[in-house]
Amino acid sequence: MDNIRVVITGLGVCAPNGTTLPAFTHAIKNGISGITFQSDLEALGFSCQIAGKPFLSDERIAEYFSPLELRNLNSTGIVYGVVAGLDAWKDAGLTINESDEPDWDSGTIFGTGTSGIDKFRWAINKIDDLEIRKLGSSVVIQTMASGVSAFISGKLGLGNQVSTNSSACATGAESILLAYERIKAGKAKRMLAGSTSDSGPYIWGGFDAMKVCTYKHNHEPEKGSRPMSLTASGFVPGSGAGAMVLETLEYALARKAKIYAEVLGGDLNSGGQRGLGTMTAPNPQAVQRCIINAIKNANIKPQDIDLINGHLTATAKDALEIENWKAALGATADDFPYINSLKGMIGHCISAAGSIESVASILELAQGFIFPNINCEDLNPAITATIAEDRIPTKLINKPVNIIAKASFGFGDVNVCVIFKKYNHE
Amino acid sequence: MNRNEIIEAIKLIVKPYTEDVAALESINESTDFIKDLKINSANLVDVVLDVEEKFSIEIDNESMAKMLTVEATIAIIEEKMNSNAGK
Repeated sequence: MDNIRVVITGLGVCAPNGTTLPAFTHAIKNGISGITFQSDLEALGFSCQIAGKPFLSDERIAEYFSPLELRNLNSTGIVYGVVAGLDAWKDAGLTINESDEPDWDSGTIFGTGTSGIDKFRWAINKIDDLEIRKLGSSVVIQTMASGVSAFISGKLGLGNQVSTNSSACATGAESILLAYERIKAGKAKRMLAGSTSDSGPYIWGGFDAMKVCTYKHNHEPEKGSRPMSLTASGFVPGSGAGAMVLETLEYALARKAKIYAEVLGGDLNSGGQRGLGTMTAPNPQAVQRCIINAIKNANIKPQDIDLINGHLTATAKDALEIENWKAALGATADDFPYINSLKGMIGHCISAAGSIESVASILELAQGFIFPNINCEDLNPAITATIAEDRIPTKLINKPVNIIAKASFGFGDVNVCVIFKKYNHE
Repeated sequence: MNRNEIIEAIKLIVKPYTEDVAALESINESTDFIKDLKINSANLVDVVLDVEEKFSIEIDNESMAKMLTVEATIAIIEEKMNSNAGK
């Protein structure tokens, strides 16, 4: 199976700063923030009252769901995931399977952290009010973790693996790697990879209580998410979904599909919550090992990497992440690759972070640009002591990019690194 | 409410759950929700909830299990409405 090459032929995104591919591309090129003030968080006494939330009109949502599905639909994560997933499918030039025969060669791995948290809240209140009979049939399908992959596969008629993965903030990057590995193993020809994350107080509340979100920028939402900045004071919660169609190069060429990029490989591991690793802090040894193994698996050299799309959430851990990259790549301060974090614009989209951010990386490869880092005009000196300042672009750079390393790290001490390469049309 | 009016009300209730427009148009007492209207069996509980709301009645588990056809549904609605009226 070593000869199977896996390429990306379709993208879909539902991000706080753009819910269509053109809008999202425009936003990331121009450093447009999707972080806004959330009056519901203020009313509920949250410390952090700003967040990233995709905007979808009712008309847009109605394009993706039947009137029956829309009745009692109360799972933002499923809405975002279906929109991004179906858009990616369409962008790949694929049509919806209208036949009675499942598409045996195509599957999906579409991750999430939780599903339908607002639906769950509604159901719990009904049960406690002794109205269990009133739940109807819509609770299970919206609150089961695999609700999003189930909705997507039903719409597309997928007949291969249909699963939802979950690994906290590494979920999105993991979905891409798992889909890649399934195709690479010869078990599927095409996989829709992606992830989603619910919006709202009930998903973000736990983070607010942990005091890991910033409370200093409620009056200036767009300035709030500050990866790599000296004044980074915690992440801004986000939400949304990202999706991409992965398929064999052979399959893509045969159907004359547009090819955005190639997945060269990657790695995932855990720090085992040993050493410096804990439930909430990454073990640096594991992070470095994950990056090193991803590079090996992709069969490239560290110096082949032009650009890193970091995890970089805007906490004190940003400097440690940069040190880990530098050590793993064996780089100097000056030959370190460019590095950027989309979280400055969209916040930390939790389980959707890795997939939305990977969509940005694929666009950079396909169109030849490096999106600017925003809100880090005051770079953290611990970071500039590690890498040269010009490695952290704050303005759009238009230039071809050949290889991008994307990493995401999650609670539970889990790590994922995926290597993407520009596809040179032969 | 006479039987025809009840059938009309049931027709409106099941409309969102069926894609078979022709079968819905020709709905009558012998119509079977699953066989004729191709309603997903999981949605039958939603139909029951909508019937309860429309007719201000409460349908017990045993009656619910019988509500597979329009005829059986009319019988249950009439029975429950009559017992309500007696209260």
